Amino acid sequence: MNGRLVRSLIALAAGIALLAGPSAEAQQTIKIATQSPLSGEQAALGEGIKLGTQLAVEKFKGPLEKMGFKVQLVPFDDQAKPDVGVANAKNIVADPDILLLIGHLNSGVALPSSEVYKEVDLAMISPANTNPLITDRNYKNVSRVCGRDDVQGDVGATFAKEQLKVKSAYVLHDKTLYGQGVAEFFRDKSKKLGIEVLGFEGTEEKANFDPIITPMKAQNPQLMYFGGIYNQAAVLLKQAREKGMTKTIFLGPDGMDSSEMVKIAGKTAVGMYYTTVVGPPTIYPEAKGFIADYKKQFGKDPEPFAAQAYDSTALGLKAIEAAVKAAGNKKPTRATVSAEVRKVRNFKGITGAITFDEKGDPAKAKYFIIQVVSDDPGKWGQNKLIKTLEIAAPAMKKM
Amino acid sequence: MEVAIGMFPQVLVDGLILGFMYALIALGYTMVYGVLQLINFAHSEIFVVGAFIGVEILLGLKAAGWLGSVPPLLLILLLVAAGMAASGLLAVGVERVAYRPLRGAPRLVPLISAIGVSFFLQDAVRLLESLWRNAFYLVYPPVDFFDIRIHFGEIFDISLKSIIVIVAAIGMLICLTLIVNRTKMGKAIRAVAEDQATASLMGINVNRIISLTFFIGGAMGGAAGVLFGVQYSLINPYTGFIPGIKAFTAAVLGGIGNIPGAMAGGLVLGLLEAFSASYLSLLTGGAFGAEYKDILAFSLLIVILIFRPRGLLGEVVAEKA
Repeated sequence: MNGRLVRSLIALAAGIALLAGPSAEAQQTIKIATQSPLSGEQAALGEGIKLGTQLAVEKFKGPLEKMGFKVQLVPFDDQAKPDVGVANAKNIVADPDILLLIGHLNSGVALPSSEVYKEVDLAMISPANTNPLITDRNYKNVSRVCGRDDVQGDVGATFAKEQLKVKSAYVLHDKTLYGQGVAEFFRDKSKKLGIEVLGFEGTEEKANFDPIITPMKAQNPQLMYFGGIYNQAAVLLKQAREKGMTKTIFLGPDGMDSSEMVKIAGKTAVGMYYTTVVGPPTIYPEAKGFIADYKKQFGKDPEPFAAQAYDSTALGLKAIEAAVKAAGNKKPTRATVSAEVRKVRNFKGITGAITFDEKGDPAKAKYFIIQVVSDDPGKWGQNKLIKTLEIAAPAMKKM
Repeated sequence: MEVAIGMFPQVLVDGLILGFMYALIALGYTMVYGVLQLINFAHSEIFVVGAFIGVEILLGLKAAGWLGSVPPLLLILLLVAAGMAASGLLAVGVERVAYRPLRGAPRLVPLISAIGVSFFLQDAVRLLESLWRNAFYLVYPPVDFFDIRIHFGEIFDISLKSIIVIVAAIGMLICLTLIVNRTKMGKAIRAVAEDQATASLMGINVNRIISLTFFIGGAMGGAAGVLFGVQYSLINPYTGFIPGIKAFTAAVLGGIGNIPGAMAGGLVLGLLEAFSASYLSLLTGGAFGAEYKDILAFSLLIVILIFRPRGLLGEVVAEKA
């Protein structure tokens, strides 16, 4: 290669480095990353997480900017797939400006991805992951603001027994960490309460549920429970009702909590119940301003988990501020941010006060039982709240 | 045991519906293979395009407020005809762009081209739908008439749309058999399958016959797509993959390149799948669930291929010199 060209290129590169150097010193960047499905069948829920975080970053970045930092949101699309989540996670930990991660939607994605965050102590606050293992591993950097599946499954089974007075149930799940987990907790608790469990089965099927519905219908259960997400549950419910299972009560976990449920299942979804760890934003008195802002900026009602993502981010930003102060107005390390997240006490979020216990669960989480009242997707937010429970997370298991 | 016997007729019907669906899709694989010795892996996407055309027409009619006023039988005819036309033309286009330039190349080359087209079409459908409706899956709007159910006793009942699926599939299979065996066009297709060079010497326009084969195969796939959508209601751009693989299996099972074989293979596979899925859990006391149905289906395929390499209705279809 031409020697002069090489030399001038080196000079140019050095010049750029000199120019860029001082200005980067003057204003450091702190990035907040999100990971959730932004494409695919669960995009509606995943987008809620991203938009909730975006609102919170815009609203609460003021103090950090006053300290001389630029605060930036970097959304990642995990496509609800564990491999994509882990690949993104590697990119995230490679960017030293990222000090906080908000996500994921799916526990099956969050678990392997958080192993990557753990290597560098990157703080992860989850607005939506309900699998017990998320916090039961006792990682210092992993926290969540929502409840857990072992409690959620119990809540569902107790509700079925005491309020619905069912005697028999058929339990299905989607074979994911989340769906199968919550279905197993539901099954075990149901058995303890004396509900006869007629069947327990997993399926990855998305279109044709005939082979599952026929044996289920033949045993005529009073209640059908599906551990999983709305994109399968709605089709299953619709086909089961069409095949004549009109009297069987349908109950599911928080994966049912999306207006897509009625978009797919139509009027067959009316009357079904679901338990959830997040209520619709309308039931939180503090969330009025959030709903209005969200509607104004994005032109739609917040999806479930958007308010939790908003709270997670607000809490995370507070922790970063504290870490910056502790570091003497310098950019803090990831480990200090993680430690500060756990130190936050009684954080006033729009979904209630948040305090983490020693393993990263909220000290007290709310669980809701909700009934679908209308087949109009626009009225999803007005679903009827049957019951609210506040239950502490189970204590850490001794290893 | 009572339960197992009680649900038998229902499982039989479920299996038949599924089987006819597979048979319709399998025809596309088998016809193209018969003529070109090419496995058209893009066929499952051609099937999906038919399903999307059907749902778009229904959604369009619904938006215009005409959904209730079109007589249901006319509606299903319209849907199937539109799905057949669109998928048939798409299949012809795919052949023109991705296979014809490669004719004469080693057989692996068009196969890879077919897989490429398959991925391309999946993402093209996804792109169009996300631009047009901002949706990643579409739901067939319910038509009350299709959901009418006819009851036979406690457990067994069948919906009108299932009957429509079965009748339509049988009708199309009969038409296709007649076309291939009784018409001049069918004779030309068989001649091209036998030997392209000799056929062209006899005054047959080989390219036109190959296009025609793709059109008929694609149209069958499109019809199956529409019927699949009507029957199971939820579709997305990737819906075709599993039915496509199953239908391909059915075609191989019956003896690929053989039209009655594809039908038989489809029915065997559909019934096997329905029975294994419904009964596995009961018979094994819950140890094996419905998810093992595919293992059974593919094990059967392997066994058949080991002991009868040409498939169930195996015959030497097109001896190439």
